[in-house]
Amino acid sequence: MMNVDQLAEIASKIAPMFVLLDGQGNIGQVGPTLQKLRPDQDWTGKPFLEVFELRRPRSIGNMTELLRTSGVKLHMQFRDEPQTGLKGVLAPLPGDMGAIVNLSFGISVLDAVRDYDLTSADFSATDLTIEMLYLVEAKSAAMEASRQLNLRLQGAKIAAEEQAFTDTLTGLKNRRAMDHILSRMINTGRDFSLMQVDLDFFKAVNDTMGHAAGDAVLQKVAGIMVDCTRSTDTVARVGGDEFVLIIDGLLDRSRLDSIANRLIEQLEVPIPFGGEMCRISASIGTALSPSGGGVDAARLLHEADVALYAAKRAGRACHFFFEPGMDNDDSDEADSPDVGLPVSSGNGDGLVKDAAQRTGG
Amino acid sequence: MHGLINRAIQAFVCSTYGESRWRDVTDSAELGFSEFEAMLIYTDEQSQKILTAMEQVLERPLREMLEDMGTFLVANPQTEALRRLLRFGGVNYVEFLHSLDDLPDRVRLAVSDLSLPALELVETAPGQFKLICQNGLPGYASVMMGVLRAMADDYGDLVILEHSGSEEDAEVISVMLVETDFAEGRTFDLGANML
Repeated sequence: MMNVDQLAEIASKIAPMFVLLDGQGNIGQVGPTLQKLRPDQDWTGKPFLEVFELRRPRSIGNMTELLRTSGVKLHMQFRDEPQTGLKGVLAPLPGDMGAIVNLSFGISVLDAVRDYDLTSADFSATDLTIEMLYLVEAKSAAMEASRQLNLRLQGAKIAAEEQAFTDTLTGLKNRRAMDHILSRMINTGRDFSLMQVDLDFFKAVNDTMGHAAGDAVLQKVAGIMVDCTRSTDTVARVGGDEFVLIIDGLLDRSRLDSIANRLIEQLEVPIPFGGEMCRISASIGTALSPSGGGVDAARLLHEADVALYAAKRAGRACHFFFEPGMDNDDSDEADSPDVGLPVSSGNGDGLVKDAAQRTGG
Repeated sequence: MHGLINRAIQAFVCSTYGESRWRDVTDSAELGFSEFEAMLIYTDEQSQKILTAMEQVLERPLREMLEDMGTFLVANPQTEALRRLLRFGGVNYVEFLHSLDDLPDRVRLAVSDLSLPALELVETAPGQFKLICQNGLPGYASVMMGVLRAMADDYGDLVILEHSGSEEDAEVISVMLVETDFAEGRTFDLGANML
């Protein structure tokens, strides 16, 4: 029959976190890895339950009860700091020699390796801890690579959205696309007309019926604008309720006027939404590309804007062509037609009220 | 071929020859892009084009460059994670050599769709080994040669490595351990990279 010292020697090879207990539950020898966790402490002769606090099963207060746990998984922690969590299993020794308890870190192993500076040599050769540490690192590295990929994809998505030429709500071209097309047409010296279209009473629809109604109206408006123009023309939404139409190869005023008026007429047809009718209209200002080219895009947009402002001022639902001299009177306000409503006439308030009544019906 | 492998090639070329040379390589390979993503899969044809273009543009034998790449993967701070994962293989160089048998399985545990050809270590005499690298990945044995060399430095051991031809379809590297603890080696702290 081997003695306790021989048992301790064997155990230190295959279970380097063992604890040998005598019949009274006092600690005899401990494994080298367990001792490494408290290098300055000598536990010899100390009661096991004074060094370790048993968390589960609870209500174990003495050695007799402890011995009865034979084979059961024990959860415990050190009573002093750091209170590293440990798992264990106890096996009684023959006769009244006491018991052997084998401990391991369980899931707290990640902290333990760092806190106690453990190395491969501190684990038995069959212990899977090193493999587990390997997996944790390998998976973290793989996860990091995936995270980087996700970040880059998200960045690419944002960049793609920024570079997009389409207004996602209406499917029309956006301002960037319009700028491209406009400068291309100017550079190639093509004849064209530029229409600035600003919806009237749209703000009232948004305010009284909500954004969903506003979005539905914008989508309907987009469809009408596409229907009223040819496939060679460009329809772009350049702001909340501002649109630009580039009418390709057409400088004939009467034909442009009829396109604009047909558009206003169509836009004034009430749009049903959620059991109610949304009523809007539009004001339009048109600038013609000068024959022989030599105009810049900003100038032409400004001219169309000035004409639009004149249309707004004339009581809305109107179409005006830009005329030389038009921008002299109102140059301050010409860039922002919405702001430019003639305050003195009192029409501004009246129109909004009017719009609210109209949309309410 | 897995993005991680392509990404490793990219990291090696960028770090050794500079990013503009890497763009020369990808231009020459006519891939239509110059950045590999580590977690995407690319065709073998794309990877082969890159290797061919590397040889043409950088004007060095591919074998040599791949061996340097193996060394780079272990020794460069950029790829410290990889060195650590290899060091988990053993507490000394011989244990590490024996762990290479498990390398493809270890790799698959970490990245399930990355499969490496099998490696087999045979001890021919005390301190003398043959590493049999199965085929399936062009240049595998050359990269492994660089890895073995750099890991010997990492452990501080002196070894002699040479290609010793092919057995059937596999390439063989012979490893002769001349002196252990020849130099200081680099430290390996198990818990250094824990969360």
